[in-house]
Amino acid sequence: MTSKVTLTVNGKERSADVEARTLLAELLRDQLGLTGTHVGCDTTQCGCCVVHVDGKAVKSCTMLAVQASGKQVTTIEGLAAADGTLHPMQEAFREHHGLQCGFCTPGMVMMGIDIANRMPGADEKTVREQLEGNLCRCTGYQGIVEAILSVANPGAVKDHHHA
Amino acid sequence: MHNFDYHAPKSLDAALTMISDREEAKIIAGGMTLLPTLKQRLAAPSDLIDLAGIADLRGVKKDGNEIVIGAMTCHNDVATSDIVKANIPALAKLAGIIGDPAVRHRGTIGGSLANSDPAADYPGAVMGLNGTIVTNKRSIKADDYFLGLFETALERDEIITSVRFPIPERAAYQKFRHPASGYAVVGVMVSKTGADVRVGVTGAGPCAFRMSEMEAALAKSFTTDAIKDLKGNADDLLSDIHSTNEYRAHLVGVLARRAVAEA
Repeated sequence: MTSKVTLTVNGKERSADVEARTLLAELLRDQLGLTGTHVGCDTTQCGCCVVHVDGKAVKSCTMLAVQASGKQVTTIEGLAAADGTLHPMQEAFREHHGLQCGFCTPGMVMMGIDIANRMPGADEKTVREQLEGNLCRCTGYQGIVEAILSVANPGAVKDHHHA
Repeated sequence: MHNFDYHAPKSLDAALTMISDREEAKIIAGGMTLLPTLKQRLAAPSDLIDLAGIADLRGVKKDGNEIVIGAMTCHNDVATSDIVKANIPALAKLAGIIGDPAVRHRGTIGGSLANSDPAADYPGAVMGLNGTIVTNKRSIKADDYFLGLFETALERDEIITSVRFPIPERAAYQKFRHPASGYAVVGVMVSKTGADVRVGVTGAGPCAFRMSEMEAALAKSFTTDAIKDLKGNADDLLSDIHSTNEYRAHLVGVLARRAVAEA
């Protein structure tokens, strides 16, 4: 049995028929074609599937699609401007080389924005603690932390790679 | 995950009717434990009754000498609540180190307590702060609530509506955090209010419990020295791949002393 779920995704109202057990990540990827949201572990640990629901970072592999009914969902596809101008956090990841293979990147960027929103002025230690639930198996954390820090707390980043 | 029917009642009464009409139904709060459990097919309820739409179950307030936290209040909202930070900072700290930020945006205090995972943080807070679990039927004191591994005093048709915490004079929470999962290998909440001292322990045994010998010693002298020779009773504690029961017993002593020093 399916039911219709209607939600706002990246500013547009979207509807789909889903089973009750359909995960938000599955709705986004398989039914709405938004494959930028990745599913790494499917066990709430890796954070590759992080999206924003009503402005807060959540793991979309551990939320039912029906639970997002009526909510505002933002995915990695919803960040850049229509003309392709990157969101400041995406730009920061580019600038600070905050990715290697790229698999964890959508979740890292979405969590990075959440951290910067919640904790403006966060120091490096705080950013690292806040990335607890986002795993980079390339272990490229240095660039990721720098990128997030450069947005959350611009003064804290030393311009080392241009030295 | 096996399929189920999903319901999102708008009131507690509607939720209670749904649960009494459906024998194999389960309540879902934040889903941070239940959804992974369903994915592993360790449970297969016929229905999920989601409490997220019941606005009355959310929020933090001060009521006389108690802090009252709605059952569906997420960990992040407890961690960042000005009321909690001003009155029971140890509780705000505890909520802020559960899981990770995304989990803290979904997971709830009521869900954590209804589940009573032996390694969850909130059971330690309820024990150590002498909290009261308020349901649609009654108020349950911390000492009567935790019965065993994933077992509580809750009845099938009973829903936690809020948790009440008396404001202590001093309190602190110390946790040996599992480096991967964030769960408490052991967590100790110590509080002092007048002559009353409580030491609540989570992570170490099948469910949260108190260390009465430590409480008696701390009531005489609220110092780390007073409990320097005390630790958990290994025979009552859990052994798993993360820690032996002997190590957990040791951690109970270490963390209790750190909590006393911090309080």
